[in-house]
Amino acid sequence: MKKQTKDHLVFWLFLAPALISFVVVVIIPFFMGLYYSMTDWTAVADSTPVWVGLENYKSMFSDFAFKYSFIRTFLFSVLSVISINLVALTFAFLVTREIRFKNFYRAGFFIPNLIGGLVLGYIWQFIFKSVVPSIGALLGIDFIENLLLLADPNLTLFGLIFAFTWQYAGYIMMIYVAALLNVPQELLEASEIDGANFWQKLISITIPMIAQAFTITSFLTLVSSFKQYDIIVALTNGGPTDLYQGQVVNSSELLAMHIYNVAFKYNNMAEGQARAIIFFLVLSVVSIAQVYYNKKKEVEM
Amino acid sequence: MASKKKITRALITLLTVVLFLATMFPFFIVVINAAKSSLEIITDPIALPDKWSQLFANIKTIWTSPSIRYASSVYTSAIITIVSLITISVFSAMAAWVLVRRKTKVSTIVFIIFISGLVIPFQVVMFPLVSLFRIINETFGIQMLRTFHGMIFAYIGFGAPMAVFMFHGFIKSIPLELEEAALIDGCTKPQIFFKIVMPILKPIFVTISILNAIWIWNDFLLPSLILGIGQELQTIPLAIAAFAGSFVKKWDLIMTAVLMAATPILIGFFLGQKHIIKGMVSGSIK
Repeated sequence: MKKQTKDHLVFWLFLAPALISFVVVVIIPFFMGLYYSMTDWTAVADSTPVWVGLENYKSMFSDFAFKYSFIRTFLFSVLSVISINLVALTFAFLVTREIRFKNFYRAGFFIPNLIGGLVLGYIWQFIFKSVVPSIGALLGIDFIENLLLLADPNLTLFGLIFAFTWQYAGYIMMIYVAALLNVPQELLEASEIDGANFWQKLISITIPMIAQAFTITSFLTLVSSFKQYDIIVALTNGGPTDLYQGQVVNSSELLAMHIYNVAFKYNNMAEGQARAIIFFLVLSVVSIAQVYYNKKKEVEM
Repeated sequence: MASKKKITRALITLLTVVLFLATMFPFFIVVINAAKSSLEIITDPIALPDKWSQLFANIKTIWTSPSIRYASSVYTSAIITIVSLITISVFSAMAAWVLVRRKTKVSTIVFIIFISGLVIPFQVVMFPLVSLFRIINETFGIQMLRTFHGMIFAYIGFGAPMAVFMFHGFIKSIPLELEEAALIDGCTKPQIFFKIVMPILKPIFVTISILNAIWIWNDFLLPSLILGIGQELQTIPLAIAAFAGSFVKKWDLIMTAVLMAATPILIGFFLGQKHIIKGMVSGSIK
């Protein structure tokens, strides 16, 4: 009996530090947020939130800025997932081949991942605004000289995707490298003897063998592009403005930033919170669907 | 045949080198422009600097800048990062171990609660969290906002789900015999954990610590809410945000600030490069 109570005590004592901080920092605020999203909560201290039901949700769906931000976030996420994975896969193929200084290149491709989104945003802002036009002038190519990616609402997203790919591809590369190193060499050699060329080997052996890695990498890239905030703050801060259904909107104000701005810039915490709840629901559905789909594919392969 | 292979290898090497140089290009831009005066940087942002001594003048300006407070910000970032990554790893390993070794309904439920944290995005809890920290201060008199312990506490909470998940998976694969033998020898449960289990977990510790170090050192949104921008206690990203906000378009100094912000973590990377690359590759298969 005494031993059992002691075991019990050890169980809860070992659990307590991680569990308490997790519950206080994530679980309780999550439920508070659900409640706040249905009140007229503001940042003003000492005001008690009044219950308003689904008002905040209703006004959100009639808000064109929210719709616009949603579409843009979706576009950004899809293009980022494709761009990051293509670059990462290319890196991974190169650094797992028989070349010299493999580890040196691996480290090199990974290094941008050490630079935080905010710092990186300032670096790329400078590159897009000053360096690219100078290079255009040096080469005498007008198109590059006049290419102001961050000033054109139709092109800003590409600037963001470019900077994000630079940061994240090296990390995703590591996952692909791990997967590629697990592909049995005998299988590739045997197929080579049978006369398979590079593409045949790639499509019938390598890609199916690294299917599991695809599930992880597309999940990671999807979630982190959907939540992107830091890079945008420093790179464009939401701008430049664009017209959407006759209304002025911020062309690179993606959802994470939109939520923040609604809450703080327009001091509407409750509405910002309601949008965050929808953000959470959409992200969960999309990411679970994606993992489910990929897992099914994995089995088929 | 052999010559064809040689050509392929040469082409692969060439492509790798080109992509490597392209990846390094932004760093090159930062370094050359950190050594320019404000006039030089406007006239030509891609030329090499006139005299490299300008770099030291710029570094001195950033070092003494009242909005960056470089030394104090690096110190704040370092304390928060190091303490957070140690506590996240140790606390999560402890939790994961008892959850694996005690197979009850409660363990399963607690584990599921932790896992649910993996799908809750930060944006959905950030406003209520600030409000809860304020309530904690008013009710218990514990100052959570704008303090080291509040910041670290928040990182433990946000870092725990991933770490518990990874440790949980790894501990399941450790055979029980070792721990049973130690129990027969008269070791207590905590002794078993700290003397036998912890050393086995070392590779996972390395992987988790690298991921957390990169995340926490560079994190901007969470500290901007908990510590605030332009306050007494600021991390490096907050300092950069405060500085770039007040010095719009002073690109020579912004580039210097960026260079100085990235230097500590780059040094850390070069020192531990071997372990980091190995830890990233082996940890990501799990």
